[in-house]
Amino acid sequence: MTTITVTVNGVRYTSEVEPRLLLVHYLREHLNLTGTHIGCDTSQCGACVVHVNGVSVKSCTMLAVQCDGAEITTIEGLAQDGQLHPLQEGFWEKHGLQCGFCTPGMIMAAADLLKRNPNPSEEEIRHGLEGNLCRCTGYENIVRAVRYAAEKMAAMQAAD
Amino acid sequence: MIPAPFDYYAPNSLAEALTLLQQHGDDAKILAGGHSLLPAMKLRLASPAILIDINKISELRGIKVNGTVEIGALTTWSAIEQDAALAKACPVMAEAVSLIGDIQVRNRGTIGGSLAHADPAADMPAVVLALDAHIHVEGPNGPRTIAATDFFTDMLSTALEPGEIITSITFNSLGPGEGAAYAKFPHPASRYAIVGAAAYVKMENGQVTACRVAITGAGPKAERQPAVEQALIGTDGNADAIAAAAAHAGEGMDMLGDIHASEEYRRAMCKVYTKRALLKAVERAR
Repeated sequence: MTTITVTVNGVRYTSEVEPRLLLVHYLREHLNLTGTHIGCDTSQCGACVVHVNGVSVKSCTMLAVQCDGAEITTIEGLAQDGQLHPLQEGFWEKHGLQCGFCTPGMIMAAADLLKRNPNPSEEEIRHGLEGNLCRCTGYENIVRAVRYAAEKMAAMQAAD
Repeated sequence: MIPAPFDYYAPNSLAEALTLLQQHGDDAKILAGGHSLLPAMKLRLASPAILIDINKISELRGIKVNGTVEIGALTTWSAIEQDAALAKACPVMAEAVSLIGDIQVRNRGTIGGSLAHADPAADMPAVVLALDAHIHVEGPNGPRTIAATDFFTDMLSTALEPGEIITSITFNSLGPGEGAAYAKFPHPASRYAIVGAAAYVKMENGQVTACRVAITGAGPKAERQPAVEQALIGTDGNADAIAAAAAHAGEGMDMLGDIHASEEYRRAMCKVYTKRALLKAVERAR
């Protein structure tokens, strides 16, 4: 067993973990943060995307021990002061989900995408979300949801 | 899916990592970005008793551009894709890297890890072959340099000796009259190359004076295409000359066949993607 200290959604945790424990299992089973989903478990579907030190990663393909000292954000940490993140609002407004299984990973991946490119074209959104699979929506409304968020975030920034 | 148990070490220096590797020999595996090794461990295709995580060794990370380009082995695809100086010195790098996996894979995967793993469908082997890159390694007998042309020996096999770790990759910046390109037919789900072709061309006074082409994905290992290169050198690089040269792509190569693409189809796509890569490379060299 190895001792790790991580900050998840602003809360510090110190845990004893087996080296082989995957980050996604640590989040779901040790911290009970089940918003992060396990889909394919083969690094392809993106349901498990979280941010580690501000960068989006597939948490099924990283060890919890590798996150010692890291800042992690999951879907549970995205809303601030009871206010949905513009991406969460966009998925709601534009009906960017049906079953919702891919949604947490989709939103976390889109958040990283908007950080790199605050005003992505439809094509750039599709390319940027290549690592996230959705079997319901056909992606149309997901792309609209990300555009909605990009516009809302630009407006919020202009208002500041 | 859960990997088999292992002991975990995260050394702070290359020297420490090399010592651990020597101590544990075949029982140990190096963990860099983990995007080939961890999936293999989850499927129990690999069950190393010891995992040596090199991510804390910061000397292995970073990009230096100064006439030549040096990329630390632990540099992630994302860092390579977003490096402004590298994009100027050798644009084909960012072009090829942006086609690897997806953003999350590129945020973790590293150039050294990919080269050491030598997946037959990885993109970077073709690119380093076309750029005539050198791969620098450190081992129990000190440092040595391996030319990319000598590096890939067979499927998932390289010229790395037991106990050696890749430290960096170097190649020349592209100058006036030089152009390079990468054209890829990706698998629609995994984004691995079904066929990928990398091409480098040098033009002087309207003539192709140097050419290097390499193909990945099609066979058990990435390979240079000498017949294509010889056919293009000495021509003016027009579309007909390129098509005639590209017709030699895949010659003498063993082809892989699977449910995604048969051997015949891969052989045909070698020619198509070689042509596309050469057309772009020549245009950029002009």
